[in-house]
Amino acid sequence: MADFEPTIIAFCCDYCGAPAADLAGSMRLEYPSNIKIIQIPCTGKVDVMHLLRAIQKGADGVYCVGCVEGTCHYNNGNFRCRERVNYVRTLLEEIGIEGDRVRMYNLSSNEATAFAAYAKEMTDHIRELGPNPLN
Amino acid sequence: MAKKSGSVMVVGAGVAGMQASLDLANSDYNVYLVDKSPTIGGMMSRLPCIGFRGVECQRNMSADNGAAPRSEDSFPTNDCAMCMFSHRLNDVGGHKNINVITTSEIRNIEGELGNFDVTLVDYSDDEKESKVQVGSVILSSGSQTFDPSALDFLGYQYPNVVTGEEFERLINESEPGTGRLMRPSDKQEPKKIAWMQCVGSRDINRGGNGYCSSVCCLYAIKEVSLVKERMGADLDCAVFNMDIRTFGKDYEKFYNNVRCQDGVRFMKARIHTISEDPETGDLNVRYMDEAGTVLDETFSMVVLSTGLEIPKASVELANRLGIELNHYNFVKTDPFQPVQSSRPGIYICGLFQGPKDIPESVTEASAAACLAGTDIVESRGDDLEKVEFPEEIDVSGQEPRIGVFVCNCGVNIGGVVDVNSVQEYASTLPNVVFTDSNLFTCSDETRDRIKEMIIEHKLNRVVVASCTLENRGEMFMETLASCGLNKYLLEMANIRNQAAWVHANAPDMATQKAKDIVRMSVARAANLNPLQEKIIPVSKHALIIGGGIAGMNAALSLGKQGFDVVLLEKDAQLGGFARKLHHTIEGKDIRAYVEELVSEVNANDKIQVMTEARIIGSKGFQGNFVTQVAVGSGDDMHNIEHGVTIVATGASEYQPKEFLYGEDERVLTQVELSDRLEEKGASDIESVVMIQCVGSRNEEHENCSRICCQSAVKNAIHIKKLNPDARVYVLYRDIRTYGLLEDYYTEARRRGVIFIRFDRETPPELKKTSEGLVVKIKDPVLQRELEISTDLVTLSAGVVANDTAEISRIMKLDRDSEGFFTEAHIKLRPVDMLNEGIFVCGTAHGPKLISESIAQAQAAASRATTFLAKDVIRLSAVTAKVDTDHCVKCLTCVRSCPFDVPVFNEEENCIEISETLCQGCGICASVCPRQTIQLSFYEDNQVTCKIDALLAG
Repeated sequence: MADFEPTIIAFCCDYCGAPAADLAGSMRLEYPSNIKIIQIPCTGKVDVMHLLRAIQKGADGVYCVGCVEGTCHYNNGNFRCRERVNYVRTLLEEIGIEGDRVRMYNLSSNEATAFAAYAKEMTDHIRELGPNPLN
Repeated sequence: MAKKSGSVMVVGAGVAGMQASLDLANSDYNVYLVDKSPTIGGMMSRLPCIGFRGVECQRNMSADNGAAPRSEDSFPTNDCAMCMFSHRLNDVGGHKNINVITTSEIRNIEGELGNFDVTLVDYSDDEKESKVQVGSVILSSGSQTFDPSALDFLGYQYPNVVTGEEFERLINESEPGTGRLMRPSDKQEPKKIAWMQCVGSRDINRGGNGYCSSVCCLYAIKEVSLVKERMGADLDCAVFNMDIRTFGKDYEKFYNNVRCQDGVRFMKARIHTISEDPETGDLNVRYMDEAGTVLDETFSMVVLSTGLEIPKASVELANRLGIELNHYNFVKTDPFQPVQSSRPGIYICGLFQGPKDIPESVTEASAAACLAGTDIVESRGDDLEKVEFPEEIDVSGQEPRIGVFVCNCGVNIGGVVDVNSVQEYASTLPNVVFTDSNLFTCSDETRDRIKEMIIEHKLNRVVVASCTLENRGEMFMETLASCGLNKYLLEMANIRNQAAWVHANAPDMATQKAKDIVRMSVARAANLNPLQEKIIPVSKHALIIGGGIAGMNAALSLGKQGFDVVLLEKDAQLGGFARKLHHTIEGKDIRAYVEELVSEVNANDKIQVMTEARIIGSKGFQGNFVTQVAVGSGDDMHNIEHGVTIVATGASEYQPKEFLYGEDERVLTQVELSDRLEEKGASDIESVVMIQCVGSRNEEHENCSRICCQSAVKNAIHIKKLNPDARVYVLYRDIRTYGLLEDYYTEARRRGVIFIRFDRETPPELKKTSEGLVVKIKDPVLQRELEISTDLVTLSAGVVANDTAEISRIMKLDRDSEGFFTEAHIKLRPVDMLNEGIFVCGTAHGPKLISESIAQAQAAASRATTFLAKDVIRLSAVTAKVDTDHCVKCLTCVRSCPFDVPVFNEEENCIEISETLCQGCGICASVCPRQTIQLSFYEDNQVTCKIDALLAG
């Protein structure tokens, strides 16, 4: 189980998540290549349907990376995202899938090290959980 | 009088000249940008990296562009801001209002402001002369690095002794791919490297340049950081210096970060000789430490941190043009007119003005652009050619025909990712009809090729697999538009930052991931639709917050160009912190200057001043802000419409908690000492002890406050002038009298001011005894404790930002942890804020001198002019659209929008989302229970197709 290569989608916002990911690149910080980024303007744009679809189609993990709470460029998008993430977690639990396959992280645009650390944390975590049972 | 020309000539196409040209060109002036070299870019294009974005990203600058070509037309594109710089090179090269004239020099300028006749000589064309008519001129011809050959004791003749610039090239060019450094003599990896600071600077004996070059400390630290990262902890780096001058914004944090690494030493020392062991090629450095002991140490390499100086050609140019120079050959300027030369209509910026780092050069460039433009404001737009994009090709109903362009980015991508295999893979993806791979997709040639391929293969969607949308998106969008393809039919696949750079040690994984990313992008491209941008008018009014020297200068700069300005001041009168000051270090009367500014502001009918003003609300966006202001204590409310905002809220002197301040009236700050000297003179002062870095460079305020060293030197000289017998001690950590301020430090020592250094760990102690104040300090030269009895203790208290918590919250402006407003880019965009249409200047941005505040204020006005000169702004088409046919008017969007944009239109009985006001976050789209709202460019299928494509692979 431990050597399976999970596929993980990271929804990153334009203002913090994606710039931090870019900076992680500029800084040559290594993180697992399992992470595939989808950029959206704000984590508030991430729909419950997007999170569920990722799991449904076989992603082993999904997470959202938004601005630090209180500093969302769009005021409260990241709070909305967190709510949705929590909601999706309960939905997944209800159908017998680990809710913790879906997570929310917050960081500021210059926290590339945090970005890489979260990417690693998420990958390690999903490795432990094992493959998406829908696969 | 003849009508003024609508053109400006900019001489010197380095980073400053380019900035000045772009500002003017974007403000609708025609620009001639002249450079004597065959290419634009100046000194900066020879630097491997200028990177550095504060402490978090110090590794940012080590971008591994090992074998990136540095020929005339391609530039290393690492993300250490060099890619931003190369983007700027593209902007300049491709700007329709900028005429780049290379390999040419100015022979002469005749005529006067408004109507100069410039004679150019073209060296590539048999010294052919030509004439150009312009209204004003900006000189930004830069500097050269000091040649250390004449200083034989430094051993520059030995192969393993190199200059900083040569060292950076070595780092970059040796062993492509790994970037590991090899020393020149035997291609061995060095074990120990020494840096010698102040080579050709701060040296009135042998080098001849008495000034501080201002940049060498930071670049040496940068080099240490670069090489340490490549060579690891075993490499020993020693930086021999007199003072470390990291006075720029956030530079101190960077210094601390490097200083604390293993194997990095910063040593106070004087160099005696550097000699070579002919057998090993190693170098013996004989130096004298602070205590006067002569020591020898062997290094494998020595780097000479050579300073900057004005080339002879620039001196001759200034002489031909009748421009006065100072005793160091920098252009002579007045502290209150920092970019004005002695000849009206000719302005100056960058290194020709004085030694300085990139942000100050860029700032001055904008300031010079402001003044050069203002001179010919009545002719704005007259000399421009109109260029239009071809009519848009209608792609509706067409099957997607996708072209994929995979970038090597020099070796940045190609060195890790197998680009050919990614390209091959892309060609197998659905709807892809053409693929290509390029060395630098962002080069002019490749973009021309993209255009050709779009036309040849009838491409109707384009995927560029290279870097970030932020870096290059706009450029490629323009490429699409220039051949008639809607610019929103572009998708960027970031295989550099998200694959090559983060999986460099696993090339197979990186290649696989690049394929995944390209597959996702191709899927999305197929789902993209053409979008139309909304064009909105620009309100030609500016709001300036803060009526100090910066705010007033910004207001006057805009007022003189005919733009309406509202100038807000929180106090009852204009003037700000400068009202508490007396003279500049040069002896100029600050209060008289403030009064002059106030009366000029009051006399300008374009400027409306509101004192005791408070911002209580703000909304809108670039070109169309509305800010609510309360004036006075009552309910006098104003709604101000403005197209741009300039933040100039200023700073104050730190109120010390240290050294008995506030407990003993003999302990003053530098500002209070100046007051005292003005009021009572210094005849009764027997001794003064000044303590530097109070409230700076400590745990609470990590940064250097930049100006306190010069304040101390200024007051020390003042005391010595008033009372030569007074004993003045300055207890310091590093004296940071950068640039031409060094002359005053020299003068202070000449006048007998005693400077005693202390370490951060062993600060001086102040005791109150029955005989008076006693300061205890360990003198590193005498190697013993000193006790100094003194009448007065003066604390060089740092600079603290004014309280702007509320403004920053209301206007959504970023501030750093110390409360200074954050610029969009520390090096290349030092005046812009991240929010479009908002600019920052003066001490609100960070500690700075009055002359620097004035330059930045004029620069902010210039940046603002690039908006105000336009009649319209094109807004992003990334906005929310509601499908009113299926909307059930549940009002969830109305309640959810963070900006209150969706409204219920009772007449039409539908939800309306204004394209102009929509910020494009997509929150409404995600809350809409019936999914009748879509965010253009991020429509549901444009997001889910990426999920599907990834997981189908």
